[in-house]
Amino acid sequence: MNRVTLFSICASAGLLLYILEMVRRRKLREEYSILWLFGSTVILVLSVKQDWLDGIAHAAGIVYPPSFLFLVGILFILLILIHFSIAISKLHQMNKKMAQEMALMKRSVEEEGGGVTQSPSKR
Amino acid sequence: MQFVQFRGMNPVMEGNPPRILVVIPAYQEERSIGELVRSLRGRYPHDVLVVNDGSTDRTSENAREAGAIVLDLPCNLGIGGAVQTAFLFARDHRHDAVVRIDGDGQHEVEDIPKVLEPILAGRADAVIGSRFLGETGYRGSIPRIFGIGFFRLLVNLTTGYRVTDPTSGFFAVNRSLIEFYSHHYPSDYPEVDAYILMHRLGARAEEVPVRMYSRAEGKSSITTFRAVYYMVKVTLSFLINRIRRFG
Repeated sequence: MNRVTLFSICASAGLLLYILEMVRRRKLREEYSILWLFGSTVILVLSVKQDWLDGIAHAAGIVYPPSFLFLVGILFILLILIHFSIAISKLHQMNKKMAQEMALMKRSVEEEGGGVTQSPSKR
Repeated sequence: MQFVQFRGMNPVMEGNPPRILVVIPAYQEERSIGELVRSLRGRYPHDVLVVNDGSTDRTSENAREAGAIVLDLPCNLGIGGAVQTAFLFARDHRHDAVVRIDGDGQHEVEDIPKVLEPILAGRADAVIGSRFLGETGYRGSIPRIFGIGFFRLLVNLTTGYRVTDPTSGFFAVNRSLIEFYSHHYPSDYPEVDAYILMHRLGARAEEVPVRMYSRAEGKSSITTFRAVYYMVKVTLSFLINRIRRFG
């Protein structure tokens, strides 16, 4: 077993445990953990099962099998980043709607003479 | 989202005088906003709405003291998000038309009836004030004129609207577009994008000549880098809006 493989096993196993722990402590929502768990599991399996990795790498025409592992890792990172961009866009949209709704509601409360201050809060 | 085009007179208008909302999106405009609101209130019976886009100066207070309805956004949403808030307000308060003008005194208040007239007559869904139609005496910097020329070409080639001033922020829209824009309104530099939306809706848009002045105070916030960024971003969102679904 070469050192790259050993490192890859430790890193992916550590990542897997860390993600599971974060989900358990509710610091990470399940929906955001799925990609991470899936990605680290695939890398862990390919690190342990050398012959699988060799077989796939050979089929893909890759001479040095561990570099296939890097390729898989990079693809997962890309996937996760796209997932984040989509999540941020969704949050952006929700945040905009919320701010607009708040401004409209504040106005209607003021109109009814509610006890809301007349000036906007300063940041 | 349904776009119901009212041919001829707007049904809600018949019998009653039209309810018109003049909208001023404002960010850090404490020096000019009060005077602008007073001159609007003194001249027209229309409601005047200032959307304060998260200003930290006295924009909100000055607008209120001058008699405007003020909506305070809790954070800065950018021009598109601010103007959309006004469309939401107009939709909920049953206004028949919205006129949008700038808060920094670039637009001539006396030209408001010119942008409203085709809408109130039922001839157009949107009327855009153009600084390049007729003798309006507008002078801009060379990069600005270049940018406007680029967007003009883009709009003319892809929509078929005959547009001279695609980035004009002085416009009026009728009830149909108020309802549509309250759901879908572009974010930065929304005016160019709006043409693709109107084109897809089959809205009738026309331009009228208006006067515009160079900024009285401060410098334009657009640097060369940001100008290039905006050109790319607006072009991208413009092209994507051609193929986007509106659910």
